[in-house]
Amino acid sequence: MKNLKVATAIVAMAFVSLTTMSCRDTKKEDLHDDGMHSEMPEEGNHDDSMMNHENSMMDENDSIMNHDTSMMDHNNTDRSNTVMDSKMQNSDAKQVVADYMALKDALVATNKEDAAKAGKKLESTLKGFNVSSYSAEQQKELKDIIEDAMEHAEHIGKSEMDHQREHFKILSKDITDMVAITGTETTLYQQFCPMYDGGSAWLSRSKDIKNPYYGSKMLNCGKVEKEIN
Amino acid sequence: MKILRIILIILLIAFVGMQFVPTRRNQSNIVPKTDFLVVNNPSKNVNTILQESCYDCHSNNTDYPWYNKMQPIAWFLEHHIKEGKDELNFNEWDTYSERRKNSKLNAMIHQIEDEEMPLYSYVLMHRDAEISKDERQTLVAYLRILKKNHE
Ligand code: HEC
Ligand SMILES: [Cu+2]
Repeated sequence: MKNLKVATAIVAMAFVSLTTMSCRDTKKEDLHDDGMHSEMPEEGNHDDSMMNHENSMMDENDSIMNHDTSMMDHNNTDRSNTVMDSKMQNSDAKQVVADYMALKDALVATNKEDAAKAGKKLESTLKGFNVSSYSAEQQKELKDIIEDAMEHAEHIGKSEMDHQREHFKILSKDITDMVAITGTETTLYQQFCPMYDGGSAWLSRSKDIKNPYYGSKMLNCGKVEKEIN
Repeated sequence: MKILRIILIILLIAFVGMQFVPTRRNQSNIVPKTDFLVVNNPSKNVNTILQESCYDCHSNNTDYPWYNKMQPIAWFLEHHIKEGKDELNFNEWDTYSERRKNSKLNAMIHQIEDEEMPLYSYVLMHRDAEISKDERQTLVAYLRILKKNHE
């Protein structure tokens, strides 16, 4: 029993001393940039003691430089100027709509697994979307849509039903805006149900209302708002 | 009794060893022009709630009280910060397009209303991050107005 007490005391002492130690100096810790967040100032990255005096100035410069880089990333320049006939829908755009419809059908059926699968499929289609055949302005808009839609698709791929539906609402807006640019060869119907989350829209290939936001509980809530050709 | 002592010593060594594994600290004393609070300039109330309850995982600067620096807590936190910043970085708010802002505002409103955020596991350790029902309502009301302006 005595041994136990001694051991416990040692643990306690070690804990306390380590706690004080770890409070010492945060600035000394290593900070590595992972590239994703390039504007994260690399504070404390200057291990060299010679440089410590200039630390604060360096930090400032670092962050400004890094910041510029990130701005550039967002203003991605466009290359192609080819204008595309809006009636002709390219195969990527077609596949996006097909994946979206599979997702919508899974939500109508309140099937979480199928919805997640469809979400992942949509994510990978969006990832491979080739925008080069569109005008510079359209490309910019499309890239913005794709970036946003990919995130929704990703979350749908790994979430519970309720959360899938939250993302589906915003995703539907993205896909609708995308179709406005890419055009569609088959007729789509924009439908709307005022009940869900202050009013929510979705796209369907059929005129009939099958609400994806509630499943069987309120399958028929909604009306056709717009026909998209 | 001997076995117990050995186990304790092993645990102790593991615990001590853990402290030497470096974690990446998420700290910066620069608030960029693109920061959510700088751009939108909300009321003091909203400002405080966001900073205390959300900025630890969704900005480039985390507040590190002593327990956040101890392992294994620091690891968990590091992981949350990486994931959290991937989702939403308040410091980068104005670099998001209108579409992205709208998406993020929508997600924020849902996360707060559904009490998904701030992460429960974090609030358990970090009582300052807890938000009351009133504070949730204040925050959601503010975010809804902001979202209207972005639609
Ligand atoms: C302990 C760290 C932590 C805190 C504090 C925190 N978050 Fe998060 N947040 C995360 C992580 C990790 C994720 C990604 C994983 C997830 O969704 O659970 C996330 C995701 C999110 C998302 C994206 C959700 C989605 O699924 O679309 C939003 C929006 C968000 N947080 C807002 C907030 C807001 C608002 C607060 C403050 C009220 C907050 N967070 C506080 C860690 C945190
Ligand atoms: Cu999500």
